[in-house]
Amino acid sequence: MKVKMLSRNPDNYVRETKLDIQRVPRNYDPTLHPFEVPREYVRALNATKLERVFAKPFLASLDGHRDGVNCLAKHPKSLATVLSGACDGEVKIWNLTKRKCIRTMQAHEGFVRGICTRFCGSSFFTIGDDKTVKQWKMDGPSYGEEEEPLQTILGKTVYTGIDHHWKEAVFATCGQQVDIWDEQRTSPICSMTWGFDSISSVKFNPIETFLLGSCASDRNIVLYDMRQATPLKKVILDMRTNTVCWNPMEAFVFTAANEDYNLYTFDMRALDTPVMVHMDHVSAVLDVDYSPTGKEFVSASFDKSIRIFPVNKSRSREVYHTKRMQHVICVKWTSDSKYIMCGSDEMNIRLWKANASEKLGVLTSREKAAMDYNQKLKEKFKHYPQIKRIARHRHLPKSIYSQILEQRVMKEARRRKEVNRRKHSKPGSVPIVSEKKKHIVAVVK
Amino acid sequence: METAPKPGGDAPPKKNKLRAKRKKPRRYWEEEETAPTAAGASLGPPRSKKRKQEFRPQRPKNTYIQNKSRVSKKPQIPKKPRERRNPEPQRTLSGAQDPFPGPAPAPVEAARKFRRIDKSKKLLHSKSKARSRLEAAEAEEEEASLRAARSELLLAEEPGFLEGEDGEDTAKIRQTDIVEAVDIASAAKHFDLNLRQFGPYRLNYSRTGRHLALGGRRGHVAALDWVTKKLMCEINVMEAVRDIRFLHSEALLAVAQNRWLHIYDNQGIELHCIRRCDRITQLEFLPFHFLLATASETGFLTYLDVSVGKIVTALNARAGRLDVMTQNPYNAIIHLGHSNGTVSLWSPAMKEPLAKILCHRGGVRAMAVDSTGTYMATSGLDHQLKIFDLRGTFQPLSSRTLPQGAGHLAFSQRGLLAAGMGDVVNIWSGQGKGSPPSLEKPYLTHRLSGHVHGLQFCPFEDVLGVGHNGGITSMLVPGAAEPNFDGLENNPYRSRKQRQEWEVKALLEKVPAELICLDPRALAEVDVITLEQEKKERIERLGYDPEAKAPFHPKPKQKGRSSTASLVKRKRKVMDEEHRDKVRQSLKQKQQQKEDGKKPKPTGTRSSALDRFMH
Repeated sequence: MKVKMLSRNPDNYVRETKLDIQRVPRNYDPTLHPFEVPREYVRALNATKLERVFAKPFLASLDGHRDGVNCLAKHPKSLATVLSGACDGEVKIWNLTKRKCIRTMQAHEGFVRGICTRFCGSSFFTIGDDKTVKQWKMDGPSYGEEEEPLQTILGKTVYTGIDHHWKEAVFATCGQQVDIWDEQRTSPICSMTWGFDSISSVKFNPIETFLLGSCASDRNIVLYDMRQATPLKKVILDMRTNTVCWNPMEAFVFTAANEDYNLYTFDMRALDTPVMVHMDHVSAVLDVDYSPTGKEFVSASFDKSIRIFPVNKSRSREVYHTKRMQHVICVKWTSDSKYIMCGSDEMNIRLWKANASEKLGVLTSREKAAMDYNQKLKEKFKHYPQIKRIARHRHLPKSIYSQILEQRVMKEARRRKEVNRRKHSKPGSVPIVSEKKKHIVAVVK
Repeated sequence: METAPKPGGDAPPKKNKLRAKRKKPRRYWEEEETAPTAAGASLGPPRSKKRKQEFRPQRPKNTYIQNKSRVSKKPQIPKKPRERRNPEPQRTLSGAQDPFPGPAPAPVEAARKFRRIDKSKKLLHSKSKARSRLEAAEAEEEEASLRAARSELLLAEEPGFLEGEDGEDTAKIRQTDIVEAVDIASAAKHFDLNLRQFGPYRLNYSRTGRHLALGGRRGHVAALDWVTKKLMCEINVMEAVRDIRFLHSEALLAVAQNRWLHIYDNQGIELHCIRRCDRITQLEFLPFHFLLATASETGFLTYLDVSVGKIVTALNARAGRLDVMTQNPYNAIIHLGHSNGTVSLWSPAMKEPLAKILCHRGGVRAMAVDSTGTYMATSGLDHQLKIFDLRGTFQPLSSRTLPQGAGHLAFSQRGLLAAGMGDVVNIWSGQGKGSPPSLEKPYLTHRLSGHVHGLQFCPFEDVLGVGHNGGITSMLVPGAAEPNFDGLENNPYRSRKQRQEWEVKALLEKVPAELICLDPRALAEVDVITLEQEKKERIERLGYDPEAKAPFHPKPKQKGRSSTASLVKRKRKVMDEEHRDKVRQSLKQKQQQKEDGKKPKPTGTRSSALDRFMH
């Protein structure tokens, strides 16, 4: 007879001293872990609930401006520094870690229309309603010195937007026309126009650095190449575009914030159909900025909220609002992709987390592992109705909520009318136009 | 670099010189790589010249390859870095040879049981995003299963076994022989509790296998740590005890008494008396759902949620007194055995049984389901012992007539089947885990001092607990239990703190009762019905199908090939092809239908009037 009994030595399974951690032998055999799918589902449900519980995105409000905040700029080298310009001509430089203003200057008379930093971070440019472009030092004046711009350029017309080249000492302004300036000269290197309307914003492409995009009030978006004297092409939309923003990871993709409550992501090689139409705002979209990862962007709207959209989704994944926040005029995604700043009408700059339920600060490795596991579970079960309902739920202010309902009714009525029209006309005479193509009027080369 | 210059050295110094001339930027890892070569040469034991020669040319070669890959415009990222093959064994910094060169061996056979994706299902045809995502998921899953299989190397324990020397029948081996042959620690697991006074006993092991609860017909209730033989509590409830069961941990104990269901803690203090569950005959606890299933004399199957103390459902089985109940540990379905020979399968989500299986001519006396949920053993008044396949068909796999008929059945973790017949316990074994026990020859037999009244294999120990008229017997059954437990699920050696932690975690992931169904993986399947329904609704709302294939428009071609005639021709060609496809498909469907209609009934079974009860 040969016999062997299962006989475990308890010393192998319990810790030796109280100072040790407990021993946890593992066996991954599926028969020892029954109900794998239902248990994972319950875990995913719990993780989703906890995500909503911990969703506290608001971090800080920076107050100090005496008029609405009109423009924001990031510092290219320092994460903690932010510049803002207000409607009374005041420019403030903020330290985000201290959440304090470190410098204030009266830059212009009237609005500060635009602000941008030089790529090296040593100086910045502002433009205002007083038809001037001013260059300022990033560091404050030394003791006894007066606050003065490094350089002031007097222009002929009002400038409405400014952006700096990402690699060279060149910047672009817009107003009646798009001007490209050399930093050393007081007159533009070249001026480009297409039509006669005022241009509201101009942006350099961060990758193909000689490319520019601009949007004008005659409803079009114009693309320029700095190396040639004439614009490249333009696309005309239904309504006016307020700003454009280039994707920092994909050189040919940009997003336009439109007055018709939508945002349009375009591939500049094929402007006749936008890659995606982002709908969710219930009022004009005023500003847009990409995350440094190029996967998401944030938009600021006149409806007193900001929303975060994934680039490839037409609906937003997140909406931020507070009781006190009024029309949001400008928004920026910080360079570490973790925070969002927005400047609004009621003179405050607000700091938000980009991921509402993220835990700030240092995580232990076990915490990190648990977060990763929960994240994976949420992703795996995200289509389940119960989980989807919880993950999608957001509290909205009454004004936005009722407007969403109203617009839904309007859209439904329009759709119904179109269906009826199609039903009662000759087949093919009322074509089906997709949502993407509906808003594009023409592309001109 | 050249700490050990070699007189008359030929190739390597030249290479070094060349490298110096080129003045390529040196990375930190290259520094690490090159510096120790010199150090190794000087510090290491003197090696034969031959070995040096074979060693030297290898390194410049390696660096050269690195350079090339860095210079080339498209750096070819190796798709599977783990599968990099080195025909020559790589040397470490010390110059030692890797005794196991190449990737680690992949235990493909062992990985099979960790597979979760059914590979037989075909992926989508098109090269769509969904397909690529599915492919990535499949690759990930395969990798995970391989790793899980490789981690089996780390398992510490081997299962037990009992083998007779050539021709010896293991059934002839008595318990005393086994006790003599095994070590002291194992021998101590065999014991008899002589409790003749409060006679016949029911018993239950806790889920960790550490604790044992016993309840005598005449009111004796006790709980003990049977490994250390430490008594936790002992009381007499002054009422008949029908069944006893540990709840999720050893701290709580449910006792089915003559009238009502009572819950005690491990000190023997009565915590609850649940009057809505009365005249209970059998108890089952579903640990992942925190449900206590009770079968009553009045014919009701009641589910009690012990985490909140509410009755989830009370189902009327409409089959008279319920005496025989067992749970399927794989899917938490409750099996009820009835006096008309059927076994019905119940879930709390349904008012009707999920299935009814006709098992015996005459009443069902006992049932047991194995831990993989594949096999069910039943015994009936017709003295038959049958093993059923629960994977869809519910057909008997094997059967055997027993002289007395088994009154109690139990499966062990590794698939051994124990049957209590009168005062004899027989144990049958199969080919291993996941195979049905073969009823030809018993693996072990044992005669007790009284009639068997309760039977359970101890989890994670090679022990079978038998409750009988004369008390409790703990039998040794080598090879019964799973040798390696998972510390995060059921840890027999857990401390109080670990138990508390586990309890919180387990409560957090309590599976809702509605999710109990025959296939516990059904939740992971795609809900096709809802999908189609939504699609239909959408088409109705929009007035057209947004996902429909656009009609074919021939592309205009150059050089005069775009005449109207040729365009029409091309269009016609595509239309014809589509038409042909449609016809082919419909033909195929028709043929399929014909075959399905022709399919004969399963041979070997005579049609009987009782077939109508088989669903």
